Amino acid sequence: MKIHEYQAKAILAKFGVPVPRGEMVTKKDEARAVAQRLGTPVVVVKAQIHAGGRGKAGGVKLAKSSDEAASLAERILGMKLVTPQTGEEGRIVRRLLIEEGLDIKRELYLSVLVDRATGKPVFMASAAGGMDIEEVAKDRPEAILREIIDPATGFQPFQARKLAFGLGLAPEILNVAVPFFQSLYRAFIETDASMLEINPCVVTGDGRLIALDAKVIFDDNALYRHPEYKELRDLDEETPLEVEASKFKLNYIKLDGTVGCMVNGAGLAMATMDIIKLSGGSPANFLDVGGGASEDQVKNAFRILLSDPNVKAVFVNIFGGILRCDVLASGVVNAAKELKFKIPVVVRMEGTNVKQGQEILRNSGLNFTIANGMKDGAEKVVKLAGGAR
Amino acid sequence: MSVLIDKSTRVIVQGLTGREGSFHAQQMLDYGTKVVAGVTPGKGGTKHLGVPVFNTVSDAVKSTRANASVIFVPPPFAADAILEAVDAHLPLVICITEGIPTLDMVRVAAAMKNSHTRLIGPNCPGIISPGKCKIGIMPGSIHKQGHVGLVSRSGTLTYEAVDQLTKLGIGQSTCIGIGGDPIIGTSFLDAVRMFNEDPDTHAIVLIGEIGGNAEEVASEYIKKHVRKPVVGFIAGQTAPPGRRMGHAGAIISGGQGTAADKYKAMRAAGIHTVQSPAEIGHTVAAVLGKSKGKTAANKKSAPKKKKRSK
Repeated sequence: MKIHEYQAKAILAKFGVPVPRGEMVTKKDEARAVAQRLGTPVVVVKAQIHAGGRGKAGGVKLAKSSDEAASLAERILGMKLVTPQTGEEGRIVRRLLIEEGLDIKRELYLSVLVDRATGKPVFMASAAGGMDIEEVAKDRPEAILREIIDPATGFQPFQARKLAFGLGLAPEILNVAVPFFQSLYRAFIETDASMLEINPCVVTGDGRLIALDAKVIFDDNALYRHPEYKELRDLDEETPLEVEASKFKLNYIKLDGTVGCMVNGAGLAMATMDIIKLSGGSPANFLDVGGGASEDQVKNAFRILLSDPNVKAVFVNIFGGILRCDVLASGVVNAAKELKFKIPVVVRMEGTNVKQGQEILRNSGLNFTIANGMKDGAEKVVKLAGGAR
Repeated sequence: MSVLIDKSTRVIVQGLTGREGSFHAQQMLDYGTKVVAGVTPGKGGTKHLGVPVFNTVSDAVKSTRANASVIFVPPPFAADAILEAVDAHLPLVICITEGIPTLDMVRVAAAMKNSHTRLIGPNCPGIISPGKCKIGIMPGSIHKQGHVGLVSRSGTLTYEAVDQLTKLGIGQSTCIGIGGDPIIGTSFLDAVRMFNEDPDTHAIVLIGEIGGNAEEVASEYIKKHVRKPVVGFIAGQTAPPGRRMGHAGAIISGGQGTAADKYKAMRAAGIHTVQSPAEIGHTVAAVLGKSKGKTAANKKSAPKKKKRSK
């Protein structure tokens, strides 16, 4: 689960990570009031959306007075920010973070995440702060320092010192850097984050180390341990159909094609998208109804698929193991009757009770196309969706 | 022959009395798997599905000489269940549970470093040696005893591939679902190594997906050490970057873990890659047909030529 920068900073501050003074606002007048309270010669007005690249898109501005902060706030609130991470549709700015301006001497990059190769947390740091770290990783991988952490002993002071010296921090900064890095690691572990990134972390003119930006992503599987984080979820930042699908425990991701897909199992769902593409079409979504989908879930899955106006045909691809084909077929028939959809549906079923399932579809009096295998199904549905795009 | 399990494998079900555990334990019993005990704390001394239930894994192992365990407990308790099985010195533990917090698995993986237990999963369908033993949730009926070893990160996509093989009359030595999580006990590399050493496995099918670099690591090993034909497919060729595609581990992040990169590594290793998931079975059939009577040297030379022409 992603959260906003201001929320991430509030959490990090609780773990002793220094962050700039600031407040979240949703109105122009609040922005003015916060700027006045902060009282620094310069304040920063930052758009709060769940995507990077805000600065370049015009979502981060400096204000030299509280009036300027207010007028910038008015301009940015409601603005549609388009960054490489938002895609073409962009994101509407609904919240701003107003922060004190700082005297920045250096910008560093810090992050903590789980390294899949070793199965352990890794602390990464780079002197190339404020830049796109993926670019740095590609062009100058040696510019990124990595400390693999033993989960049993935790992040050791010597590892923090290695990173600090590696970053070329002055000895007087070292004394604040070591506890800073350790607080960051503690926050990562105790919040069950899957990723924690400070880009940039700045060294100020008066020798402080401050998290100027902050990105925290929580591990969805661990949210049951942190019920208090659930209210940090911002539904405005998610695609409405994905929010709707999550209510029914359906794994749905909207894409931009014309063939709606309903599949059981994540691997098969991805493979179904792939074969649609290979057959000359394009998938409108990823949808995994899960191993033991009920009739009700199948119905809701259809409703959500069909709410996407781009969908011209639907491909149901089910390999019945735990999910029996007859249960699925009844679900599909009931959904078709209840939702009265006219869109062509191609059903490919295999596995447990496949014959009964096909019978239910045939006897329904509805116009389903029954496919023989994945390839046949994909070709049929692409044709029905109007061929290649 | 098969890898890891056979007719003599004696299985404990952790979470036997729960809904999932009951259902799948019955399916395993019906398949002929020796399910010798169940573990549900507090229900020790009772029987369920005709199988004795114990309070602890250690008690169950002592009384039944079990040598494998399968875990069906809910995510908050799964890490503890794995460690309990490790503590009881079980050589093989299969964790079916989906949704275990990643940091729990980080701790489990670290704790298992010096143990003799092999973990399969979590978030996996399990392992089956057709006709001999099934430990997991896969439909037994689609499998056929034979000589193809299959390893995959997915559940239903594995069934799809197995079904294609069986319909073509090609049986399987062992099928291992290694799981869709970022941290798993048995990797592609581990599975490929076991299949390579198993004289009864004549060909290997590797079904990967986007995210991580486990397919690349296995490909590197295959290039150096494997002379058996390998067929490879990667799911998620059309997946958008930065999105988790159902499985916790299926995500392209920072430009890493794309299907294109994995295909490239597989081709460089001489693996017979398949672009369409519908062609896995036919490709295995073709490869097995072709490889008959060929020497190891011949097999090796084919991919090398391919590499040069790039």
